[in-house]
Amino acid sequence: MFKLEKRPQQSQKWIYLSPFLAVLITMISGGILFAALGENPFEAIRIIFWDPLFDPNFASYSRPQLLVKAGPLILIAIGLSFGFKAGVWNIGAEGQYILGAIFGASVALAFYPMESKFIFPLMIIAGALGGFLWGLIPALLKAKLNTNEILVSLMLVYVAESILASVSQGLLKNPDGYGFPGSRNLQNYESAANVEIIANSGMHWGVLFAFITVIVSYIILTKHIQGFNIQLTGQAPRASKFAGVNPTANIVFCLGISGALAGLAGMFEVSGPSGQITIEFNSGYGFTAIIVAFLGRLHPIGIFLSGLLIALTYIGGELAQLMLGLPGASIQLFQGMLLFFLLATDLFANYKVKIGADN
Amino acid sequence: MYIKSVIAGAIASLGVAAAALAADVKVGFVYVGPVGDYGWTYEHDQGRLAVEEHFGDRVETVYQELVPEGADSERVMTQMALQGADLIFTTSFGYMEPTINVAKKFPDVKFEHATGYMRADNVSTYSARFYEGRAIQGHIAGKMTKTNKVGYIGSFPIPEVVRGINSAFIHARKVNPDVEFNIVWIYTWFDPAKEADAATALIEQGCDVVLQHTDSTAPQAAAEKAGGVITFGQASDMAMFKPMPRVSSIIDDWAPYYIARTQAVLDGTWTSTDTWDGIGPGMVGIGEITSAVPADVKAEALAMKDAIASGDYHPFTGPINKQDGSVWLAAGETADDGTLLGMNFYVEGIKGDVPQ
Amino acid sequence: MDFSSINPALLIASLMVSATPILLAAIGEAVVEKSGVLNLGVEGMMIVGAVVGFIVAVNTDTPLLGFVCAAIISGIFSIIFGMLTQYLKSNQVATGLGLTLVGLGLSALLGRPYEGMKSPTLKALEIPFFSDIPVLGKMLFSHDLMIYFSIFLVTSVWWFLKYTHAGMVLRAVGENHDAAHALGYKVVRVRMLAIMFGGATSGLGGAYISLARVPQWTEGMTAGAGWIALAIVVFASWRPWRVLFGAYIFGGVTVLQLNLQAAGASIPVEYLSMSPYLITIVVLVIISSRGNQGAPASLGRPFHASS
Repeated sequence: MFKLEKRPQQSQKWIYLSPFLAVLITMISGGILFAALGENPFEAIRIIFWDPLFDPNFASYSRPQLLVKAGPLILIAIGLSFGFKAGVWNIGAEGQYILGAIFGASVALAFYPMESKFIFPLMIIAGALGGFLWGLIPALLKAKLNTNEILVSLMLVYVAESILASVSQGLLKNPDGYGFPGSRNLQNYESAANVEIIANSGMHWGVLFAFITVIVSYIILTKHIQGFNIQLTGQAPRASKFAGVNPTANIVFCLGISGALAGLAGMFEVSGPSGQITIEFNSGYGFTAIIVAFLGRLHPIGIFLSGLLIALTYIGGELAQLMLGLPGASIQLFQGMLLFFLLATDLFANYKVKIGADN
Repeated sequence: MYIKSVIAGAIASLGVAAAALAADVKVGFVYVGPVGDYGWTYEHDQGRLAVEEHFGDRVETVYQELVPEGADSERVMTQMALQGADLIFTTSFGYMEPTINVAKKFPDVKFEHATGYMRADNVSTYSARFYEGRAIQGHIAGKMTKTNKVGYIGSFPIPEVVRGINSAFIHARKVNPDVEFNIVWIYTWFDPAKEADAATALIEQGCDVVLQHTDSTAPQAAAEKAGGVITFGQASDMAMFKPMPRVSSIIDDWAPYYIARTQAVLDGTWTSTDTWDGIGPGMVGIGEITSAVPADVKAEALAMKDAIASGDYHPFTGPINKQDGSVWLAAGETADDGTLLGMNFYVEGIKGDVPQ
Repeated sequence: MDFSSINPALLIASLMVSATPILLAAIGEAVVEKSGVLNLGVEGMMIVGAVVGFIVAVNTDTPLLGFVCAAIISGIFSIIFGMLTQYLKSNQVATGLGLTLVGLGLSALLGRPYEGMKSPTLKALEIPFFSDIPVLGKMLFSHDLMIYFSIFLVTSVWWFLKYTHAGMVLRAVGENHDAAHALGYKVVRVRMLAIMFGGATSGLGGAYISLARVPQWTEGMTAGAGWIALAIVVFASWRPWRVLFGAYIFGGVTVLQLNLQAAGASIPVEYLSMSPYLITIVVLVIISSRGNQGAPASLGRPFHASS
């Protein structure tokens, strides 16, 4: 048998090494999986990881799409990383994302068809506010009553989905939509459309926000006292109290900021790539962002890179569906495996593994 | 950069790309359900297979199933176009705006959107007059129900679905003045669990006929389990539930249309059109009426089918009043296509409201 | 509006059918959480059970064998979660979510050739004499085997947790794993067994969806039932009989709504469908305001034997 010995400190080497190891193992087991499905594993892996970036036919389109997919993932994952560092488990980002989109779209639709350059900034504020308020519910319950934030935030995802279904069939439904559920398309409403900043680059306002968030959170975590407080609360809750960290403020900060960022992501999505509020508007970014946050080691730069990687598996996965007829589900499986292998290889960062000796 | 693309090209040429070079025309299909739904998507895929068989090596087809209606569908269409598709069929109402958006970016690619109403120079629309088949179903339902309660599983309250409800109801009432329709909306095209629950709920309410405007066979299975309930195949024959509960069906036959449109692209004669065909041209088929239906009812149903096919009879022929009692069609008057395409009201006698 | 057409006996009977998958999954998860482990992978284990049960039942034409295999395979599937969280000390939240992702993906791959097929279904067991009782007979005594089994399972779990030594150990491990460890109980082994039990019952629940309730296989057909099961465990404050109660109340929300709609009532669907989650939050708040009574104290916390 093997024995684990807890390291006094996380191994820096393994923290950075294990994501790469996990990606490698995932590729190998993915290859085996594709071979089992009767596909050429090298071709499948190439289509998923190489073609979206370098294929002469697709790359010009899929490289920008990479940013479109990575933007919301990074934005949400950065928010989550604050909480995860402090031991505050917000797994309801999906719900906060939905609320942000609903708030943002509601502002736009309230002004429709007026054109004004103030509408879009107002939508940004509304989107962040929507997510923030939705994140505030588990935050306050946790801070005041010590209610389990994992369960509350998760339950609120399903409440948010019901609200989404309700508004797409009622309040926000497109009056010219022939009864089909869904709001007006914001892409066709100039003042509310989240357009590409540079044409055909995929770089819309949400992606820009995601990049800025990466930089700002890097500064907060490394240079600012709040960053220190967060890390301390996560690593040594008792010590943090002595250090004068206000636990309530800390929880509210973590959940509030992740709610606001998820809400922003939802707002940018509904006014950009998606264009409208529909029953199935949310596509799991809030949950996938949890993988992104872990894969990125809860570090802003890491999250930036892992967001791009996960986006690549989405785009490449769609390509594989089209080119090889691989079922879309294989990509879900792929992402799940990636997370599993990462969690497994994390062992090396936290523990020393001794084989054989059993004292 | 150059070396990279040479390498990539070399690798690619070993794979599927090799096959792509051989065909003259590449046709893409975007599906909302799985090809194995034995309903809506299944029939579109049968159409795709017919295209492959008809043209052989001259045409290559690609498809993607279970594509959500929204931002993802736009990317799927774009990737198909980039992959070299010359003609793309998008087969669900919710793909309407994405189709128009992508078509703008690829003026040389032809698009065909099913059941929608937005067209462009390179976007055609096509649909079938399913309501003609619904009239025959309504007739059989009205004759066969013993409880005088007919259940109807609606997907979305869009004109196409409302039209089907009206057509079935008018013809059920014609032969059975006591018949009532119980309508349940489930807001999905394809969700077997929800469809089964809806069918079960309707059966428990006393409905002994269940009509569906959703794509799976789950309501058929629920009816079979309950026993003594009749259903109709929707979009596809659903023949595995013969002779009971499935007593007949509406079959969407897209093959002739898909072949004709692919031919038009091959010949360079493709133009943007609006097609709405029914039983006559063969786009709507009526599946075998089984032995569970009495011979006289079957004969009447077939007579109605012939009358509709020849154009002698229009399922929406006055006098028909709207739900509120106001006159819609005077005696002998038939509905115009414009009204039918935007139909958002029930006819007189149906209870409840079209969800707004 | 005319509700007289709703037959209460039939309604309750079909509520029981639609609640059973959730009940099966929830009773297993209750045991897992009682042992101090939070497994968010219920949805993934359910869908694996659904696909395995369906494949086996179609190929052998024996639905019962489908259920057995679903329980076994989902139990084995849950070992992944157990290995990662118990031996490799991974984070339970992330691992559970990963399990759901993998389960959804894996099941879709396995089930692809089976889409649209018909499956053999369980026959209703008409219990002699009892099923002939008016109203009650139709409501309670004309179900299939799995419904009775699910109630039997709830009874067994209640008895196990309350009256057996092993049940006491399991609760002790969930309350305070360090103390339990100090007393010489095998914390990790107890938890592994609990996790596998949870996997097996979730598998049964999933198979009930694909073999009895729908009965068909489609990708993603559990449609969030696993998450409702998680909510119900909390709603029930981890007590077996309350799990049964909660599952029957909330598991039937869709059926109730469709019945109301079919009877001509226009009930806003969304308010009904969000109610289980809202009420669960309220229950959570009540539990925590009383100082977390009833909640396993070690829930979700990693255990590392330090001695």
